[in-house]
Formats: sequence, structure tokens, C-alpha cells
Amino acid sequence: MERPAWAPRSIDISVPSVSRIYDYYLGGSHNFEVDREAARKAMAHMPGLPKIMQANRAFMRRAVRHAAAAGIEQFLDIGSGIPTFGNVHEVAQQAHPGARVVYVDHDPVAVAHSDAVLEGNEHADVVAADLRKPQEILSSPQVERLIDLNQPVALLLVAILHFVEDADDPYGAVAQLRDALAPGSLLVLTHASYEGIPLPAERAEGAVDVYKDIRNPLIMRSRDEIARFFEGYDMVEPGLVPMPHWRPESAPEDEDPYAFSGFAGVGIAA
Amino acid sequence: MIAEPDGPEDRLRRFATIWSRTVFPVTSTSLTRPEFEEQLLPLARRLSEILRAHGFDADEARQVGAALIDAHCTDPEALTRTLDCVDAYLVLYCGEDGPQDELRMRSSRIQHAMAAGFAQALRERTLAEQEAIAQAALRAQGVVAQALHASEARFRAVFEGAAIGIGIADLEGNVLQVNGALLRMFGGSEQTLRSRNVLEWAHPEDAPQTWRLYEELVRGEREHYHVEKAFNRSDGTVLWTNLTVSLLRDADGEPQYQLALMEDTTERRLLNLRLRYEATHDALTGLPNRTLFFERLEKALAAGEGQRFGLCYLDLDGFKTINDSLGHSAGDRLLVEVADRLQSCATAPGEMVARLGGDEFVALTTGAATQREVDDLADRIMNALVTPISIDGRELLVRGSIGIVEGPAGERTPAEVLRSADITMYRAKSAGGNRSELADPEADARAITRHGLTTALPAALDRGEFFIEYQPLVHLGDGSVRGAEALVRWLHPQHGVLGPDRFIPLAEHTGLIVPLGRWVLEESIRQAREWRERYGEDTAGGPLRINVNLSPCQLTHPGLVQDTVDILERTGVSPDALCLEVTESALIGADDDLLKPLRRLAEMGVDIALDDFGTGYSNLANLRRLPVSILKLDRSFTQSMQQFPADPVDLKIVEGIVTLAHSLDLAVTVEGVETGAQAEQLRILGCDTAQGWYYARPGPPERLHDLALVDATG
Repeated sequence: MERPAWAPRSIDISVPSVSRIYDYYLGGSHNFEVDREAARKAMAHMPGLPKIMQANRAFMRRAVRHAAAAGIEQFLDIGSGIPTFGNVHEVAQQAHPGARVVYVDHDPVAVAHSDAVLEGNEHADVVAADLRKPQEILSSPQVERLIDLNQPVALLLVAILHFVEDADDPYGAVAQLRDALAPGSLLVLTHASYEGIPLPAERAEGAVDVYKDIRNPLIMRSRDEIARFFEGYDMVEPGLVPMPHWRPESAPEDEDPYAFSGFAGVGIAA
Repeated sequence: MIAEPDGPEDRLRRFATIWSRTVFPVTSTSLTRPEFEEQLLPLARRLSEILRAHGFDADEARQVGAALIDAHCTDPEALTRTLDCVDAYLVLYCGEDGPQDELRMRSSRIQHAMAAGFAQALRERTLAEQEAIAQAALRAQGVVAQALHASEARFRAVFEGAAIGIGIADLEGNVLQVNGALLRMFGGSEQTLRSRNVLEWAHPEDAPQTWRLYEELVRGEREHYHVEKAFNRSDGTVLWTNLTVSLLRDADGEPQYQLALMEDTTERRLLNLRLRYEATHDALTGLPNRTLFFERLEKALAAGEGQRFGLCYLDLDGFKTINDSLGHSAGDRLLVEVADRLQSCATAPGEMVARLGGDEFVALTTGAATQREVDDLADRIMNALVTPISIDGRELLVRGSIGIVEGPAGERTPAEVLRSADITMYRAKSAGGNRSELADPEADARAITRHGLTTALPAALDRGEFFIEYQPLVHLGDGSVRGAEALVRWLHPQHGVLGPDRFIPLAEHTGLIVPLGRWVLEESIRQAREWRERYGEDTAGGPLRINVNLSPCQLTHPGLVQDTVDILERTGVSPDALCLEVTESALIGADDDLLKPLRRLAEMGVDIALDDFGTGYSNLANLRRLPVSILKLDRSFTQSMQQFPADPVDLKIVEGIVTLAHSLDLAVTVEGVETGAQAEQLRILGCDTAQGWYYARPGPPERLHDLALVDATG
């Protein structure tokens, strides 16, 4: 018999969580030993993993500032994970004190923690929902309260789509979200790829296998496959590029070689 | 602030730059390196001040170390690099011209204090974050638990409130949990139910696959199954259910429990059985009805090789009279008694008695020896009826007619068998009743055709399957065509063209003769008008006339005169163009009432011919009384004249009839003229007109045109 829809999944902190692993990469302590163990295993194959995460955070920061500069005051961050520092609401509200931010994650612990962090911030909230069910996100009370879909929105899908398998139709989910957004909205996206990793693919695969073992497979996609997520949107200069090349504020050549793994891009709704 | 080259401010900034370059690669900040440097600059300034301050402020140095943690330099390597940097460059860039030894000493103390501050802050941050994430996990679990609790409460409500019975058992069959509905279905306490094992619930009426499906399910080879199943209740009654059993698996897909959902169908089943009984039994007598009988007969006829069937079809003789004279209630009681007696006649396995309706009953016997059995059965039935039946103090003698059909299975359909039995029964009845007859294929075929034609007649008229052929009437004196006799034909879709002898008696029997006769009359008169319009008076013998036959039924039909007048008026044909032929037998003993319409028609100018004259026993004296103007001599008189010389006695008779007719002012027409010699003989004898194959067979109206024109010109 199938589990009824209204019966929630129980949470098991003895199972590693990708958001807590991410926190560990970023030097945080919002994690448990199982998370650290998985992170250390992955880092044994790819020691530069934390640099990739850091580059993601840096790109996100630049992209949010770009969006704010373009006049966007609403942000929807799906796959927000454990808020550590330099979060979207901090960056956005620095530019526009009234900027509104909704975080979305399906990890109940990440959501509970975000809830605590955001307490008292009336312009930011968090939704427990899944990218694979975009309609649940769009019709959530938090989105309805904070986001006006008739105005441009910055939709952030940073380091999340590589956790959605093709069988779960990530393209369909993203299309549904794109279609819900008003003209002028931005799609901010990063995605893991074998392209750009300064290691032989066999070694990178070792790290990918770790994620498979923790039942959160990492789906590496090619640049072309990643570009398809922007279908119908115009690419903002310089297009889909390695993270350090996206509107750098310091010399890319100073960056760690691992920072060039995968791709980042921003698209704009016509 | 604009730094003077190599001034203290410039040197401070250079220190901050070196520091940030050293530490940046091991931070996890999302700031750029220049931004990070801006973050370090105030810290560098504080270090510079501590270095040169009069007294050593260890606390301030600790705070700078702690500030690194705030700048997300949480990696211990960041501290190592920071201390290396301080050690190597702080005195160099920020010492100004102070005493080197003291500055170096101060730098060392700064490093110790920074390390302590860093460690303290990192410890606090780590603990705070661990606390935060643990709290978050707890809260998340709380949310999940709450949701689980709510969902479980909902599930409980569904489980307890459900109208269908729900039970859960383990894979060994031990009942673990049952809901209220299931308890109510089974009766008894939850305790007694839960102490049971599913395997104890076998029931004699279980379908053969029931327990095979169960085994497959508990072995994990089947996800669910659905059966109709009976259970014995503790009070000895039977519970019937629609049962669905599903396999419950754990998160890893291992079979764990079985879930049974059951719906109580006991009442519905009883109702179905009763409905089935009512649908298959006769309410009055309780005997199986037509439906059930046909089911059995079908089964008997579908039986395998060597199997035979025997059927007795019984219809009570004179039952209608009993019903009419004693009332329906008496009739019903009689039927019930007959049913009881019949039932006692067919008690062997394979035998059955059914009531088909009214006073019609059937007895069926099946098996291999029905050839002998069916006769015995018929005898038993006849014997069962011998004893009079007492109704309301009267002793009623009941007789019946039986049609017997017997034969091998697999040759005929139930409908064919029953029709044969029906026909045979009628044969018994028309032979006087109170007897049985055995079916005979030839008799069946005849009856079937007659029966088929009778039922097809009404539709045939509607569909225009009738048509008329015309046989010319020729004047013997000059050989001219004077008119024609209309002869109706039926173009039957299966049997082809049928003559009137095949269907007129049937039409008379069913009353269809009236509309059919009216149609023939109308069609013929219309044809007569056509001839007249075409040829006018040009034909040698004057305008062509039309002879139409009237059946006895039509003769007594009250609309005859009016119909005829209407048709004549409508078509604009004068009455003298029409001759109606009536058989002699129809007028035997005719009274004035019967003759009145004929007389009316004759007065209007319609000729009346006495058809088939000489076949009946006419009172010759009576001829005077009849409104007849023509005698048609039956063909039997002319047959002997086909040879030469003709029988002198026949000649004398015909001559006598002709003389008699002429003396009564009647014209004489002869039928069946087939040879020229015949025609000549009849002319000599004084006959007026003739018809027969010698002139023309009956044919389509156009043929008459030709004949008439030949006469006119020839």
C-alpha cells in the first residue's frame, strides 16, 4: 500500500543531508558527524569541493546584487539549505531594506533552522516544499504573502538542479516556475558538471558516488543540458559560464582552480 | 583616508593586504578578496595600536582573534596563517621606530592572545551552531511527529468510522487489529476475533482459488486479491462478504502484514437468491417458469454426444371454458392442482416440470434413454389427469393434449424444439384432444409454413408484396376479349409467388381478407379504368370489364357496398364495368340479410357471377331468388370435353344448365378451356364467354392490352 500523501516522511538525522554537508564545506558547524563523514569522503576524491561551494556563494552574492541593481525586490530561493552567512536576504536587504525573500527547502531540519534564523524578519520566510512540485511552492501561503507574481522576481536555483534526476522532470518543473514569473524576472542558476573540474573525470566520479551512497545522487549535466533550463529566457551577459567568469568583481585568475567547475548563468524573462 | 606613501597609514594598509592575501584562500567568505581586505583593515589597525600601546591590552588582542571567526575564517589554517603574518609583518609595518625587542615581545603576546580569542570564539560559535542545528532537528522532528500524530488520528478515525470491515493480520495469519464494522459483521467480542487465525476461516463454500490467492499473497507474490467469501459467525449463521485482501510491505519492500477490507453482502445475496428464485419460478404454482425451463432445455441440448432429451408439451383441453364458467379463481386452483400432479410425475434426476404460462406445461427428461422415458413420462402425465379435480364441490374432469418431442442433443435450438412440441400438441388437440402425439418432421414443416405465412400476411400487405394477374374472358361467339378476371398473387420474399389457394384461407381466418379484398377491388377497378381510358369503346366487344372475387368473409362485412361504391366513384368507373364473383357454396342457404348487399350492388348495375357453379348442392329453384346475372361453370364440366368425342352425358348436362340459365336470363361463362375443340363444343352448346389456357394464362395487365388489340384489329 502506498503511503498516504498526508503522512509526512519521518526525519532521520542519522542519514547525511546535502544541506548540512554544504554547511560543513563552508566551515559551518550546523552539521552532524554523519554529514561530516560524507563530506570528508567526498573531499578525499575532490579536495577542492569547499572552493566550489564558496564560488557558488560568491556568484549568488553577485547575482543578487545584480538583480537588486536592476530594481528587483522579490527573491525566491529554492534549495536554500542551511543559512550560514551572506544569505540572499542579507545581500538583498542591504540593497533594498524592504526586499522580500522566500526560502524553499525540502529538508525539514534546514527549514526549521531557517525559521529560527528568520524569526523577526517580516520580509523573509521559509517554505517546506519540493522543487519537483512547483505548484506547491507557488501556491504556498508564504509566497502568496511576500511575492507578487505580477512583478519581476529573482528566482534562485543555486546548486540544486543537479540533485534532481531526469526521471523527476527537472525541465518541466523549471518551465512551470519560469512560466509563473512576470516579464523582467531573473532566473539565477548554477549547476554541477564534469566540465571545468581540474581533475580526471574518474576522480570526480568518486565524489559523485558518495552522493549516490547517501541516496542523494548528484546529476552531472553538460553545458548544453544546463542551457536548456533557460529556454524562453534571454541570457544576461556573459551567458552561461564558469562561476568566476560571471561578472567578476576581482580578477578570475586569482580564483582557486576548483571554482571553475560547473556553470552559472542568469536569464531574464522577456 | 589618503595614505601618505610609506607613511604609517600606507604601511598599515600594506600589512592588511598581505594578511588578506595570506588568509583569503582558506576562508569560506563569499566576499571578494578586496572586500575581505576592507574587513581586515580595522582589525589590522587595532593590532597596530595594541602593538604600540603603553600597556599590553590582552583583551583587545583576544577580540581581534575572535573577530576572525566573525569574518568566517573558521578554518584553523586561517589562524596559523594569521599568526605567521603577524609574526613576520606586524612589527615590520606597524612598529614604527619603537624598540625592536619590546615590539617583538609585544607581538608574541598579541599572537598568544589572538590565538586564545580565536579558539574561544570558534568554540562558542561551534557550540552555538551545534545547538542551533540540534534545536532545528528537534523542532523538525516535532513538526513531523505532530503531522504523524494528526495523520494517525485521521487514520484512526477512518479505521474506526469506516462502514466496511477492516482487519489487519500478520503473515502467519494472526489477527492483530479489527475495526468496529468488522466486529459488528462477525458478532462477538474483539478478543475472540483477535485470538483467531485467518486460516481458521475456511468455509465449505469458498471458491477453489480463494486459498491459493491467500498463499500467493502471504508469500509476497501477489499484491492483493478480491473474492466473494463466506464466514461462519459464532452464532452459527453465515456471513457473506466481498473481500479484498492487500499485502502491506515495509519501507524496504518486505511483506509485513495483510490488510483485509470486507463488505457485508449477506442481505444482498439473500435478496439476489430470492430475486433469482422469483425470476425463475411461476408465482401461482411454484413450478419453474419459462426462463428456467429454457435454461435447462438449452443445457440439455448442449449436452455431449450420446445425450438425448425428451419433452412433453401439455395443454389442457377446454381450460378456457372452465375459466369462463367458474371464474379465474377456480381456474387458478385447478392449475395449482394440475401443477402438483405434474410435479409428482417428474421426480427422477434429469426430469423437470415447468409452467410456460396459461394452461401450458412442459415436462423435460434428459439422459441417454429418453426415447423410452419420454413415452412413460407422457403416460404418467395422462394418468395423473385421470382422477377428477374437486373445485368448489364440483368434480372437474381435466383432459390434456400432449405434443412429444424426443431427440439427440446438439441438433436443434430450444426455440425449434419448443415450436415442434407446440405444433405436435395442436395436432393432438385437433385430433380430438385427450391424447399425445409424437412430433413428425413433415407435419412440422407444413404447420411451420402455414404458421409462417399467417404471421407474415399483415406485413406483406403493408409492404406491397401482393400483385394481381389478369386472365382474359373471351366471347365464344366472336372470340373477342370482353374483360378479365383479377387473380391475386403474393410475391413472398422466401417462398416466391404464391397462389390464392395458399393464403386466402389464412387471410379469411385472420380477418385480413377484408383489407386485402378491398385492395384487390381498388387495384382491379383502377386497372379497368386504365383500359377504358386507353381503348375506350374501340375493343370489339365493347368496354373491357373486370371480374373480382369476393370471399364469404367480405360478403358479410358491413362495409362491402359502401367500399365498392366509394372505389367506383373515386376512380370514375361505371358499375357495369365490374363483375363480382361469389362462390356457390357461400350463397348456399343464404338469407335475405346476406343477399341484401349483393342485391344493392346488382341494382346499381354491378354484375354478380355465381362462381364454381355445379360444385355445391344448389337448389336450382333458388337461383331465381339470387341477384345473379352470370353463372360460371366449374371446370369439372369442361374437363371431359378436352377429348374428342366428348362424353355425351356431360354434354347433355352442360346443355341443360345453359338452357336453364338462359331461361333465367343468366349468361354462362365456362372456365378451364384448354383446347380449340373444347371451345368450339362450348360455343355450340350456347355458352357465352370462356376463360382458360387456350386463350391465355393469367398475366400482367399489359398482356391483356395486346390480346384486346389483336381482337379489335383481327
